[in-house]
Amino acid sequence: MDSTIKKICDGDVRSASRLIRDIEDKLPDARAKIKKLYAHTGKSFIIGITGAPGAGKSTLTDALITEFRKKNKTVGVLAVDPTSPFTGGAILGDRIRMLRHAEDTGVFVRSLATRGALGGLSQAAGNAIHVMEAMGKDIIIVETVGIGQQEIDIINHAHSVVVVLVPGMGDEIQTMKAGLMEIADIFVINKANRAGAKQLQTELTSMLNLSPKTADGWKPPVVMVGNAFEPAEFAKDTAGLAKKIGEHHLYLQKSGKLNERMHRKAMTEIRDALGACLMEPVLHSLMESGELEKFSEKIRNRKTDPYSVAEEITEKFFQKRGKA
Amino acid sequence: MPERKIRVMVAKPGLDGHDRGARILARCFRDAGFEVVYTGCHQTPEQIASAAVQEDVDLVGLSCLSGAHRVLFPRVVELLREKGASDITVIGGGIIPEQDLPALYDSGIKAIFTPGASLDSIVDWIKTNIKPQ
Repeated sequence: MDSTIKKICDGDVRSASRLIRDIEDKLPDARAKIKKLYAHTGKSFIIGITGAPGAGKSTLTDALITEFRKKNKTVGVLAVDPTSPFTGGAILGDRIRMLRHAEDTGVFVRSLATRGALGGLSQAAGNAIHVMEAMGKDIIIVETVGIGQQEIDIINHAHSVVVVLVPGMGDEIQTMKAGLMEIADIFVINKANRAGAKQLQTELTSMLNLSPKTADGWKPPVVMVGNAFEPAEFAKDTAGLAKKIGEHHLYLQKSGKLNERMHRKAMTEIRDALGACLMEPVLHSLMESGELEKFSEKIRNRKTDPYSVAEEITEKFFQKRGKA
Repeated sequence: MPERKIRVMVAKPGLDGHDRGARILARCFRDAGFEVVYTGCHQTPEQIASAAVQEDVDLVGLSCLSGAHRVLFPRVVELLREKGASDITVIGGGIIPEQDLPALYDSGIKAIFTPGASLDSIVDWIKTNIKPQ
């Protein structure tokens, strides 16, 4: 076995974090490593935590790590924060809430910047999950960037999705909307000691009562989590959340839904890999040759249109090769 | 060839809650195009070294205003070495008397920035000295 791959499978944090970085930086070698790693992946249970900025995702993640560690499960965490569209820089501030686990060798926390991805994750997230799987983590928690209504890429990567809401973000109509409100396997109403929590719970429950039920029905539970500054109460609430997540995992296995999710995940991976194999080399080559800049200028001057450009590029890179 | 993004960590070791400076630096590094892991106050050198390895950063910037830099800064360097991560550069800043500088440099701290150092000078130092492989 490749020595890096062996180290990662043996749980070496340094090699794992470096490979994640190679994936982020799109090093050519990274793809080859993932190919070798892939056979060692697919055994972890993956939990997605998503919700608005400041809703408490990192603090809940920290509490969940504590719960899973009590059961002796090893935990990997991928925490995503936004990249600046202007400078390319990023503040990765999620792990500040998880510091108490910094020295626990059973916990590996890695921050990722979105680097332009718009779905709430980073392009590297899927493969970063694989690296943690190969390390043998029992549970992987993926914390998305703070999101709005539609950034729901997490459903393509996680087995169970926890949507974190806080009171005071709008009326009942918000709970009816498509996107975020549909993807939750478990809802958390965080900061539930605040005004409006009870009302949000009522609204969510009535929304969920209207949802069509499946025969083997899983109805997303609504978990109330109180003030993080009341440690005892908070720990009780988050233990309840961990329990619900466990129940959902069991449900996925028993109902066969896990397979459906794995299929969705595989489809996403094929799409992403195709993008990397087809689109990226083409764009890279056009950028190197300066053609991309020329196409842009022609479009700006209305001498051509984006579709004609795309057809010309397709002709040049693919059809020619196909005919030959 | 794809370009490496510089990853840095800003951390405050020890019992020192004055993090305005560290936060300004974190923000300034973000604006310089770095990915900045900000880990906040009250950390042990063990937590810092462990987080630096997990995050695969190129550089750890330590801030200390409490006077404990002579113990805490070298300890971070030592722990990184123990973890096989001596390639991670450690720099420091804060209220650090001039007579303490030689010992800190000897311990493996690569640069020290004291009050009056401009943000640009710190960013320039990083851009000049940190070339991720």
